[in-house]
Amino acid sequence: MNNIGQIDRRTFVVNAAAFGGGLALGMDAALAQNVVRAADGAPEVTAWVVIRPDDTVVIRIARSEMGQGTMTGLAQLVAEELECDWSKVTTEFPTPGQNLARNRAWGNYFTAGSRGIRDSHEYVRKGGATARAMLIQAAANEWKAPASECSAANSVITHRPTGRTTTFGKVAEAAARIEPPKDVTLKDPKDWKIAGKPLKRLDTLPKVNGEHVYGVDVKLPGMLCAAIKDCPVFGGKLVSFDAAKVASMKGVKHVLKVGDSAVAVVADRWWQAKTALDALPATWDEGPNAKVSSASIAEFIKSGLDAEQAFVGNENGNARQAIAGAAKKVEATYAFPYQNHATMEPMNATAVYTPDRCEVWAPTQNGEATLAAVAEASGLPVAKCDVHKMPLGGGFGRRTTNDFVQQAIDIAKQIPGTPVKLIWSREEDMTHGRYHPITQAKMVGSFDANNNLTGLHMRIAGQSIIAFVAAQTLQNGKDPFVFQGLNPGGAEGAFGYTIPNLLIDHAMRNPHIPPHFWRGVNNNQNAIYLECFIDELAHAVGQDALAFRRKLMANHPKHLAVLNAVAERAGWGQPAAPGVHRGLCQHMGYGSYVAACAEVSVSDRGAVKIHRIVAATDPGHAVNPAQIERQIAGSFVYGLSALFYQECTVKDGRIEQTNFDSYDSMRISAMPKVESIIMPSGGFWGGVGEPTIFVAAPAVLNAIFAATGKRHRSFPLRHHGLTLA
Amino acid sequence: MTILTVNGKAHDVDVDPDTPLLWALREWIGMTGTKYGCGIAQCGACTVHIDGVATRSCAFPVSAAVGKQVTTIEGLARDGKPHPVQKAWVDLDVPQCGYCQSGMIMAVAALLKEKPKPSDADIDGAITNICRCGTFQQVRAAIHAAANA
Repeated sequence: MNNIGQIDRRTFVVNAAAFGGGLALGMDAALAQNVVRAADGAPEVTAWVVIRPDDTVVIRIARSEMGQGTMTGLAQLVAEELECDWSKVTTEFPTPGQNLARNRAWGNYFTAGSRGIRDSHEYVRKGGATARAMLIQAAANEWKAPASECSAANSVITHRPTGRTTTFGKVAEAAARIEPPKDVTLKDPKDWKIAGKPLKRLDTLPKVNGEHVYGVDVKLPGMLCAAIKDCPVFGGKLVSFDAAKVASMKGVKHVLKVGDSAVAVVADRWWQAKTALDALPATWDEGPNAKVSSASIAEFIKSGLDAEQAFVGNENGNARQAIAGAAKKVEATYAFPYQNHATMEPMNATAVYTPDRCEVWAPTQNGEATLAAVAEASGLPVAKCDVHKMPLGGGFGRRTTNDFVQQAIDIAKQIPGTPVKLIWSREEDMTHGRYHPITQAKMVGSFDANNNLTGLHMRIAGQSIIAFVAAQTLQNGKDPFVFQGLNPGGAEGAFGYTIPNLLIDHAMRNPHIPPHFWRGVNNNQNAIYLECFIDELAHAVGQDALAFRRKLMANHPKHLAVLNAVAERAGWGQPAAPGVHRGLCQHMGYGSYVAACAEVSVSDRGAVKIHRIVAATDPGHAVNPAQIERQIAGSFVYGLSALFYQECTVKDGRIEQTNFDSYDSMRISAMPKVESIIMPSGGFWGGVGEPTIFVAAPAVLNAIFAATGKRHRSFPLRHHGLTLA
Repeated sequence: MTILTVNGKAHDVDVDPDTPLLWALREWIGMTGTKYGCGIAQCGACTVHIDGVATRSCAFPVSAAVGKQVTTIEGLARDGKPHPVQKAWVDLDVPQCGYCQSGMIMAVAALLKEKPKPSDADIDGAITNICRCGTFQQVRAAIHAAANA
């Protein structure tokens, strides 16, 4: 099995070098260290750093790269502490199996929740700093000088008193034998030279010449390709299929049942497999959900808006009482639909199974979970399995699941020894996704006679992702995750207003459509519900949307700082161009504070031109401002595509949208000018890939209200005759 | 047998004539730089040039490509030098996940051939590829950079 891949399988060779006696006392422990080597024989200084004799620095990356730039950012953090020459840096992804075999030397592989950098910055920096200390020590040993007289910069080590120099490549072999220091001091971010800088990505070149090998591009000797069709209704089963009808079609090798609910055609080539699958007669038992529709789901969700039972996420004072005794009451109900991730690269996985070993090549956001899924689906011990993480053609949360990996193994197990690449058609991908959860919210606000906000009740009704993906972690039935950005405090997603009487609660209603993490997750609808309603409240009492918010935000200086920053840059309070109207919002999630001000104009025919969005983020530390800017601009494309176009509707238990013709996505013509304000205030580490998506929709919605006087509370906006211009 | 000329080289492929050119390229010739995104000519990830014209190869039968010059992302560079669009893409660090970028670059290269100095309106009209990462701000800047190179 070692030679099946064209993709380099990095095998680590532990070189238990034998060392003779007669060595200096005190060095025994150091020399007892085994040198771990990369496949090309280069020594590993620490798990994170391999240095080749030609001074190339190979930095190991555990988190997945799906376009968000985490790979480059993590490499910057390691390189910063290592003091290496950035132009000599390359990266590689150790496999999850190697991680397991080495007692998780690379930590967590999970790449979601904007955690790639914020959850691993400390140990990767230590990996770099430790390697630097070992390299310096190796040079000092060679020079018989104290390490304290030596320093490293740009991959060169200098003995300061004599001016002697050597390079990392020359001392790496010796450094790899040195006992790592137990503790290292990390740099103060204000001294950063590589981290914190707007460096270019490390992986661009193969993406512009067609050489980047994504999961869908994997080629293995003797490989067959599979196309799959799962029961159109979630929860249904495959009853039968007529393999004879397609058996003689060109290239067709096998027609296989996959799990309880799917059938796959395996052929020489994927196009042949798909063609045969389209012609394959199959019958389904559509199960208990065959009559479910969008209307029945909406009714079910709505039943939660006034339900007695609800889980409390944030409460102070007595909101119900304040509302009951209010001089003025404002009420509104919002709804947010199902949405598919629609990654550009459809789901796929390539698997080889033998009774002794199972390996998978897959685009995954969670390599370790994929490894566990391989072990479970193959029935083999995890030590006999491995996962080769392929670059992802988009993730957005979808690839934290392993449903497609399990299918690939189910197929591979039926043809032992033959590699098989499973690719979903776009239609399969659209109709068998894991969807942004569906919710509604009833918002009620109360004012006293002087137009002071006295109370707010936010009742969320709808679906819990956690109930579907990790029900065992619910807290007495409660899903705390539905309150993203609405929490009473904490470092992850705190509510940014002080309201004397506040109640935010959730009535869980779980339809059969599987929900999942979708870039921004629950923050997306929570920010719309809250930030549009805050606008409604300000409007109800004739107050400026910024001034109204500021009054409630005195105790939330970091939330307020980003809001003030966008207001100032956008020129809030000063006239916009004729016909142009502004909308504001702020939110906190994944540890970062974000705000946006959108400028739009709306034509008589409902064409919405988004001229400009000013967006601010305070992620605590900014590891690569250039990539953060790209994430901000990209998050608006993703979020505004959803706001204007995207909804997955349900008819007869199945998803109706099958491709980009019924599930549109923004094109370049609608791209607003995005101005980013990156304002890291230090002292904490927030995420970057997601947070600004929260404020995309509410800023635009508030601007549309300013332009038209119409408040839209259900989505996508095309249902209200609005299109992106 | 079908003879396809791809990046100046003739390939003899044993493929049904109604097979989309995309899959002939990817699976019969083995060139995977051209991507599958939708299969219905909506997203543009599969864009190649046929006799110089940007064409969505997922909905273009291989039979219609016979006798024509097919250029893919792998054949865009000339004499070992990247195409100006590829160079601008690298200079401005355009791709995020990169999956749609082969098609995006091919669409832009065809636009610049027709309109060497496109206006923003020209770009809006000609470039209709989907990018889910949302690289459009950089794409636009890179198109202008390539045009002014």
